[in-house]
Amino acid sequence: MSVGLVIRLIVLALLVAFLVSPQTFVFVFRPLVRAGQPVIYNQGSLIDLTLNHLAIVGTAMVLATALAVGLAILVTRPFGAEFLALSRSLANIGQTFPPVAVLALAVPVLGFGTAPTLVALFLYGLLPIFENTLTGLTNLPPTVTEAARGMGMTGRQRLMRVELPLALPVILAGIRLSTVIALATATIGSTVAARTLGEVIIAGLLSRNTAFVAQGGIIVGILAVLIYDGLSAIERMLMRRTGQAGRQA
Amino acid sequence: MIEIQDLTKVYGETAVVDSVSLTVPAGQICVVVGTSGSGKTTLMRMINRLVEPTSGQVLIDGQDTRAEPPHMLRRRIGYAIQGHGLFPHRTVAENIGTVPKLLGWDKARTDARIDELLTLFQLDPAEYRDRLPSELSGGQQQRVGVARALAAGPNILLMDEPFGALDPVIRAKAQDDLLAIQRRFETTVVLVTHDMEEAIHLGNKIAVMDAGKLLQYATPEEIIANPATEFVAELIGGDRSFRLLSLSKVVAFVEPGEAQGEPIDSGANLREAYAECLWSGREALPVTRDGEHIGRITLTELARHAARPQ
Amino acid sequence: MTLATATSARPALAFDKLGVLIALVAVAGAFLPFSIFRANRIVLGEGRMLIDALDGPSAWLTIAAIAVGILVALIRLAPAVKLAIALAVLAVAFVMIGRSATYLTPADNTFARVSPGAGFWLLTFAFALMVADALTRLRFRPWPRIAMLAAVGAALWLLLWSGAWNDLSILKEYANRASAFWNEARTHLLLAFGSVAVATVAGVPLGILCYRVRPVRAAVLNVLNIVQTIPSIALFGLLIAPLAWVAANVPGASTIGISGIGTTPAMVALFAYSLLPIVANTVVGLENVPEAANDAARGMGMTGGQRLMSVELPLAFPVILTGIRIVLVQNIGLATIAALIGGGGFGVFVFQGIGQTAMDLVLLGAVPTVALAFAAAVVLDAIVEMVSVGGRTQ
Repeated sequence: MSVGLVIRLIVLALLVAFLVSPQTFVFVFRPLVRAGQPVIYNQGSLIDLTLNHLAIVGTAMVLATALAVGLAILVTRPFGAEFLALSRSLANIGQTFPPVAVLALAVPVLGFGTAPTLVALFLYGLLPIFENTLTGLTNLPPTVTEAARGMGMTGRQRLMRVELPLALPVILAGIRLSTVIALATATIGSTVAARTLGEVIIAGLLSRNTAFVAQGGIIVGILAVLIYDGLSAIERMLMRRTGQAGRQA
Repeated sequence: MIEIQDLTKVYGETAVVDSVSLTVPAGQICVVVGTSGSGKTTLMRMINRLVEPTSGQVLIDGQDTRAEPPHMLRRRIGYAIQGHGLFPHRTVAENIGTVPKLLGWDKARTDARIDELLTLFQLDPAEYRDRLPSELSGGQQQRVGVARALAAGPNILLMDEPFGALDPVIRAKAQDDLLAIQRRFETTVVLVTHDMEEAIHLGNKIAVMDAGKLLQYATPEEIIANPATEFVAELIGGDRSFRLLSLSKVVAFVEPGEAQGEPIDSGANLREAYAECLWSGREALPVTRDGEHIGRITLTELARHAARPQ
Repeated sequence: MTLATATSARPALAFDKLGVLIALVAVAGAFLPFSIFRANRIVLGEGRMLIDALDGPSAWLTIAAIAVGILVALIRLAPAVKLAIALAVLAVAFVMIGRSATYLTPADNTFARVSPGAGFWLLTFAFALMVADALTRLRFRPWPRIAMLAAVGAALWLLLWSGAWNDLSILKEYANRASAFWNEARTHLLLAFGSVAVATVAGVPLGILCYRVRPVRAAVLNVLNIVQTIPSIALFGLLIAPLAWVAANVPGASTIGISGIGTTPAMVALFAYSLLPIVANTVVGLENVPEAANDAARGMGMTGGQRLMSVELPLAFPVILTGIRIVLVQNIGLATIAALIGGGGFGVFVFQGIGQTAMDLVLLGAVPTVALAFAAAVVLDAIVEMVSVGGRTQ
């Protein structure tokens, strides 16, 4: 086992321990609070908020991946070829919409709570996955796709057996990027009353309790780093298995 | 004149260049030949101190190259490499003017030099000065690369596989251009290549390297006739006779007399004359110089020169 | 390519696939409420269809414009024609939404609010899509793109300046807090541009250092990567305490404006987020300099400094600029979060609006933010393209 893996497992164990029994960690956060303030977040269960946070992000990412990969496949087929350039520029324009604005603008349509957050994460998550899927599907070595055509594969066979497997690491890199952004952005969802770890941070901001801010921030940060590393590891494995270790994702 | 004395470069445990000594007389072309990993490029790069030797020294016109800072040394040594290394964001003129600018030449002098070199390399200054390298063909890029190396009029020109990226037709032309320009400026050239054919064609002397060692340093004739080791013989290949023939010109072996059929120019080499004899089934070819008949060359004479020199 | 064969077989007059989509959205837009009327700023609104939202002639003119737009969308025509028509339909819709507000607001009623309805937004979306498609096909060069952005900006300014939109709810919110709006605008710009400027000044040299010294690279990039994973609101919050300490304990710190709450932690957090893209892009840009060009530069006797200034940095510049573009657009958006810790900016209106469930107020904060981010992206993309021309060959 490598040192990096051991460190990550220890960090994961500490995170789980903190979520299960936050009171054990009072000594860590005590220096951050002023006299009389609660040290550990006391307005809800940290573990519930964490699971809810992950559920919202996970749902949004699954939906975003399904739609983004589907769209990217569509615009790279002959039928949708004329949408390719447009979809690129739309993705580019979409990136300029700040997450807060997307969130705020979703409220009038969907009301307060989880729904606008889910929509904002979904919309914001579409773009990196879509961009990367496009890159993956259009940057394939031309010799490989030509060979597949030359051997008489149909368009569908080429897509399923050659193009998608080869593009998979790049697609996964897009999902990774989206997930890390979504994990952080979901905290903003608490400003419109979504039950995420943002609650902890905002409670800290409102009551000037730095320990709360730190608890929310650290949990999200650790989750992001671990998920980022885990997905990176899967990507590297896929790159090796598809014999593309030399290519950059 | 370049004197390389007992030059060694060690990376870790391996001697990439292992006590190599050789002298390149002024105005001559020395071609360093070897397979990849033979140390030939490292040897060349130690001349302008792109690689610092582990031991040994290099003298240029009797002066130790360590006597001045490396960047000052490099400014008076031309340097051209495979894939030309042109700056993609600078125009042709700016690329060629790089070293003159570093040396602080004034604009008029630099501009005049750029135009002179472009004309010399058959690129119309008016048309090519302001182009970017990406707007040139491969052969043109290579010529600009050599022109840039010659911009400040260096006595010495170092070339690392300069024609490696060119197709055979353009390469032959580029080699002939190099020979013409080298004669005109009397530049001392050290050229690195893996191609023995190119070495024989260009070199006054050839240095054959393998595994960091200098195996043989001699004229092309000597190397073909008496390869020092098995490896040198292998590099030359099986067609030694033809390589030998290609070294001499018809003019040196003309004898008085007549012959039938299409004449051959006296500037052609013996290999071409031999091939023409065989192709047209003749025992002798008439030889002309500037279109005038000056004699003939016989198959017997050609065959005598294709034999191993005694 | 498959694309060429697919299009060349088409007859001259044919349906445009994207046009069908645009037409469907536009038709839906035409049959949904064009504007929304509310008796005051927080009650639920009632939608008004086009024909009820405008006086007769205006309504019919709008309907005619939409019909022409849909027709043009459906047929294959030169992109320039489509662009002109789509822009014209958008202009009509934008003028008419202002007229609708004036038409629907009873005289002397200062409580009533009229805002754009779903129909207006869908129409805008449909024809903006048509504009985007035409622009993509026309592939304008950088300067014309910037000129078009300026023209659209000028047209919007004209609409605002002429008072044509004064009865729209968002402008009524603006009218109530005009001076606050410009204050927050200044703060927002300062936060976004200031943090990027500082991050550029610090990040490019740091990137050069990372490129030259390998061990530093891994360390710096890892730390910056971790900074990126901390949620923005948490990072803002976490900086409050240390900065308050600095303000209290470092002589002179508070006199130059450093304090625990407000603009300083926001600025520091935005700066921290900006570093990674700038440093990483500097490293990538320098790494992508063609090996041969670098070797030639050394071989011709350039010193390390000369090589950096005249070969490496110029060749890496487009990539570095791309990093700055990413960061600027990102920070214009992130600066809205600063409002949560009293840092000001357009986020003030967004969060006030969310608190009061006043969507017009949310829009007053969100629309300028999106517009600013969009404009910054267009301008910087154009500049990146300008500096990259001809430079990337190998």
